[in-house]
Amino acid sequence: MTAVVVDEIPSARRGGKTMPGWARVLLWVVVGFAALAITSYQTGVPQLTGSGTVQAAVRLGIPILLAALGGLWAERAGVINIGLEGMMIMGTWGGAWAGYQWGPLAGLIAAAVFGGLGGLLHAIATVSFGVNHIVSGVAINLLGAGTAKYLSTLIFEPISQNPRQSPPVPKFDTYSMQPLAGWLQQLEDVQRVGISDVAGILGGLVSGVSPLTMLAYLLVPVSYLVLWRSPFGLRLRSCGENPIAAESLGVNVYRYKYLAVIISGALAGIGGAALILNPGQAGYLEGQTNNRGYIGLAAMIFGNWRPGGLLGGAALFGYSDGLQLRNGETSVHALFYGATLLLVVVAALQIWRRNWLAAGISLVAAAAMYSVYWFTDQLPEELTAYTPHLVTLVVLGVAAQQLRPPEANGLQYRRGME
Amino acid sequence: MNTWRARLLPPALAIVFSAVLCSAVLLISGANPIATLLEMVAQVGRGTTTVDIINTAGAYYLVAIAAAIGFQMNLLNIGIEGQYRLAACVAAIVAGAVSLPFGLHAALVVVVGAVTGALWCGIAAVLKVYRGVSEVISTIMLNTLSIGLIAFLVRVFGEMRGNSQGTQIIPDSGLVPGIPLGGAGTVFGLVLLAVLVGVGYALLIDRTRYGFELRASGLSPTAARAGGVNSKRMVLSAMLISGAIVGLAGLPEILGRDHTFTINFPTGYGFAGLAIALLGRNHPLGVAFGALLWSFLDKSSLTLDNIGVPKEIVTILQGTIVLSVVVAYELVRRRELAAEQRRVGKALETAEPVAASGGERA
Repeated sequence: MTAVVVDEIPSARRGGKTMPGWARVLLWVVVGFAALAITSYQTGVPQLTGSGTVQAAVRLGIPILLAALGGLWAERAGVINIGLEGMMIMGTWGGAWAGYQWGPLAGLIAAAVFGGLGGLLHAIATVSFGVNHIVSGVAINLLGAGTAKYLSTLIFEPISQNPRQSPPVPKFDTYSMQPLAGWLQQLEDVQRVGISDVAGILGGLVSGVSPLTMLAYLLVPVSYLVLWRSPFGLRLRSCGENPIAAESLGVNVYRYKYLAVIISGALAGIGGAALILNPGQAGYLEGQTNNRGYIGLAAMIFGNWRPGGLLGGAALFGYSDGLQLRNGETSVHALFYGATLLLVVVAALQIWRRNWLAAGISLVAAAAMYSVYWFTDQLPEELTAYTPHLVTLVVLGVAAQQLRPPEANGLQYRRGME
Repeated sequence: MNTWRARLLPPALAIVFSAVLCSAVLLISGANPIATLLEMVAQVGRGTTTVDIINTAGAYYLVAIAAAIGFQMNLLNIGIEGQYRLAACVAAIVAGAVSLPFGLHAALVVVVGAVTGALWCGIAAVLKVYRGVSEVISTIMLNTLSIGLIAFLVRVFGEMRGNSQGTQIIPDSGLVPGIPLGGAGTVFGLVLLAVLVGVGYALLIDRTRYGFELRASGLSPTAARAGGVNSKRMVLSAMLISGAIVGLAGLPEILGRDHTFTINFPTGYGFAGLAIALLGRNHPLGVAFGALLWSFLDKSSLTLDNIGVPKEIVTILQGTIVLSVVVAYELVRRRELAAEQRRVGKALETAEPVAASGGERA
């Protein structure tokens, strides 16, 4: 009776032939990896699949992943949360403040609390007062940035002598899965095509892992199980699909929306803490979130409002961010070669499906990519720093059409509404 | 019936609400709210502050009108931040590179600024119309990308002067003379551009078919489509116009005072524009008031440090005011709606309340 849950988008676009979703994703992962491995070999840029790059990608991708999870929780309950950025900033401040005094675990908890407070404010504005979700989100981003600035001047400046920065914060310890990490390192050093690339990527994933990183990984399946495999999650998602139907079944829509948005804020706050409690950055620094909250939102949209999908999105953005940090002028330049390979594969696929126009566009794009690669030696560093943002734009432009957001996402709901 | 009450109550509520909240923040940080407010008001009379407020408000007005055009049809042009800086940068490069007779030169620069803003915004518009990408996400990415693009453009086309890198100095023929007010400072000549855009906006929204279609698409996309409005065309054109107006925002400062674009060109106008458009309820005069208020708050941050109040409080103040305004309008709207239901119910002399399903405006 309540047709509020649609688990799969119908994928019967390809005339009868259907492949399960996970198999298609796996296939594309393999194709993408093959393109990377060939590129890394052909262009002589081993950073593309190096364990160092992957470690950087994980470090930079975790905050995005957590922000994306935050977006998932809020939007599944029907509240657009563009205030993730502000909540993340609050999280970085709270994490640095408590982390400096009582250690990283306290920092993590404080970050969740501060982010959750931002979420509470968003919930009060959007759920109780019916303010436009995006307007409230923008205001929260202003407020979050302003509050963090204000508090940092008030509390950090006497200690660090700098109103924009906190004193160094103690970090979580990191662990490597030994002896596996050591073996993978040896394999990577051999520099054989394929094997070393696999070893590099796996090695990056299993070495230098902090408890916070593990927590973030863990939160992906946990979110899936809670949201899709529990009565609580079914009710929460029903608030995002059709709140009036949910209400008629006795679900307290306000309470679920409040809970979802507060959890969303807490997750964004933890995402902010991941920036400072994982090794990499010394402590709170003004502007250090650098739009990662928005990128998280983009990762979630890219992932079609699903936990598995947003993991892929976060990995993609984290990877492009990690890559530009490690000799970006040449390594991002090499990426153009990889993009050419991928586009040729896409074109071949479209030709096989007799989709001539799409094939033609792909081939032209491939030619353009290759000419950029051929006629330049490296890219200006001013531009490579923004690779993740460009990748976000291109990926959304290519992917955005087959997405299905929650039905009542962003709509105002009042109890007893018809 | 209660139109005056409906019009004046929300701003009054918002002011009271934000005053209470900000006083609380000030008290917590150990400052005296009343002394702080007096100092903020007193600084307006000193030196060139009044003229500074007007000059900044001119730029704020332009970005806010651009945001308002988007709001009219529920489009969120968050990309204002990137559009005005990129447009200012490209316009300054062109202005420094060409030499034309006085007047024509400045006119060319204005056109270049508008076109650049429109094109940069157009990327988001095309992605939205043809690929269904939310303009919120795409414009945010374009904002960040523009930072890199500007750094690149300034390095390639600019020159080092002292320890800051900027575009070439614009020759005298490209400048726009200001309105000198003696010791009180000089009002930028291009602030008049803001007035022109305001008048144009008022005419466009209230007096043209396009403005009607714009508002109709915002209030009810389905009704507009049924009425023959091409929604794709509306989204594209609204975003392009919005971008073009944003492109003008940086020019008063460049052609009136700086004569060059440096990396240190002011930031933060984008979000201010959105907030001001909300404050002014998309109304040409309301937005003007909002721009002046915002600019006043900005300038008062300079003086707050002198009396020992952290100047970051101004950002909190601004965020609070925006939230208060939207909440206050929603509260009053609900009250009016309920009052209307009662009135209609009474008029019909029936016990059951009439269901009202008003279109969502805010």
